[in-house]
Amino acid sequence: MSFDVLWRYAPSLISGFGVTILCWSIGSGLGLVLGAAIALGRRAPLSPLRWLLRAYVELIRGTPFLMQLFLLYAAGPSIGLRLSATAAGVIGLGIYSSAYFAEIFRAGFAAVPKGQIDAAVSIGMAPLDILWRITLPGALVAVVPPIVNTLIVMSKETVVLSIITVPELMYQMQTMAAETFTAFDAIFAMAVFYWLLVEVVSRLGRRLERSVTAFMRHSAGPA
Amino acid sequence: MPLQAFFNSFGYFAQAAGVTVAVSLAGIAIGFIIGIAVCIARVSGGRWLGGLGAVYVSVFRGVPLLVQLLFIYYFLAELGLDVPALVAAVGGLALASAAYQAEILRGALNAVPRGQEEAAIAFGFSPLDTWWRILLPQALRISVPPLINEFILLLKASSLVSVVGIAELTRVSMNVASSTYRPLEAYVGGGLFYLVINLGLAALGNLAERRLAAGSGP
Repeated sequence: MSFDVLWRYAPSLISGFGVTILCWSIGSGLGLVLGAAIALGRRAPLSPLRWLLRAYVELIRGTPFLMQLFLLYAAGPSIGLRLSATAAGVIGLGIYSSAYFAEIFRAGFAAVPKGQIDAAVSIGMAPLDILWRITLPGALVAVVPPIVNTLIVMSKETVVLSIITVPELMYQMQTMAAETFTAFDAIFAMAVFYWLLVEVVSRLGRRLERSVTAFMRHSAGPA
Repeated sequence: MPLQAFFNSFGYFAQAAGVTVAVSLAGIAIGFIIGIAVCIARVSGGRWLGGLGAVYVSVFRGVPLLVQLLFIYYFLAELGLDVPALVAAVGGLALASAAYQAEILRGALNAVPRGQEEAAIAFGFSPLDTWWRILLPQALRISVPPLINEFILLLKASSLVSVVGIAELTRVSMNVASSTYRPLEAYVGGGLFYLVINLGLAALGNLAERRLAAGSGP
C-alpha cells in the first residue's frame, strides 16, 4: 500500500477514528451508569427486581455482542425501534458493557468489609451517610482495576460495530481497501494501529489505577 | 404462531449450533497446545524466548479478534494458498485463545506453592519429572475453572467467524432473518442457542470448581 492511498483517504480514516472514540466513550459511559444502577438494584430488598436484574446480566453475558447488535439494529424495526447504525452501535455497546460493569460493581460492594459497616452503624451514622462515606469509597478502590480492564476490552469491541455499518475506523478502512484493492495492506495497518492503541490505553489505565489506589499504599503501613 | 420462523428452521439452527461448538472446541484445543508452548517460553525460555512469548501475548490480546481473523484470511490469500475459510476461522480463534490460555496457565503455575518444587528437588526429582509429576498436574488442576471460562468467551467470540462465511449460529441467524423477513425471531432464536450452550458450560465450570476445591482441602 502506497502512502498516497492512505493520504487520499486520510479524511475518512480520521473521521472513522473519531466515530470509534465517540462510540467507545459514550457507549462505555452508558454502560457504567447502567451497570452501577443494576448493581444497586441487586442490593434492593425486592426479590423480583433482584431476580430480573440477575437474568438481564446472565442474558447479556451469555450471548455474543454481534448477536445483540443484530437484534438491536436489524430486528429492532419489527418492534418499532428504528435506530441509525451509529445509535444502535452506541446503545448496543452500552447494554453489552453494562452487564460486565454491573458484576464489577457488585463485587466492589461485596469487597467492603462487613465490619466497617457495622462500625459505622454502631457510631450512629445514617444509612445514606454509610453508603456515601463508607460503602462507595471502599467499593471504588476495588472496582477501578477491573473497570479499566473492561474499558480496554470495550475499545476492541468497537471494531465489531463495522459489521452493522457504523462508519468507524474499521469500516472506513475496509471501504478504502475495497475501493483500492489493498485488502491485505489495509488489514495489516489496522492490526498495527489497534495494537498500539490498546497498548497506549493499557498503560494509561495502569497509571490511573496506581494514582487512584495510591492512598492505600500510604495508609497500609502501621500508623 | 409466534416464533414460527424459528421452529421451521430449528434443524438448521441446531446444525449451526453444532458448527459453533465444533469450531470453538477446535479453537480451544489447538489454542491450548500453543498456549502451553507460549507459557513454557515465558516461564523458562530465557531472555529471547521469554520476550518472544511476551510479545505474542501482547499482540494477540491487543489486536481485536475481527482484525486478526480478516488478517489471517487475507494473509493466506496473499500467500496464494487456497485453503478453506474454516482453516482461517479455526486458526484465528486458536491463535487468539492461545494468548489468553498461556496467561491462565502462567497464573496457575505461579499459584503452585514454591515448596512443592523445592520438595521435589530435595527428593532428587529430575527437572523433567518435577515438571511432569509435580508442577503441571497441580497447575492444570488450578486452571480448569478459568479455562472453562475462556471456553465460554471463545464460544461467544466465534460469532465473528460468520464474517469469513462459516455457516455457524450467527451466520445462520442472519440467513434465516433475511429469508423469512422475521429478524426478531431469527436473532432471538440464535441467541437462545448461545445462551443454552453457555449456561451449560457455566454449570460445568461451577461443578469443576467445587470438585477441585473439595479435592484440595486438608
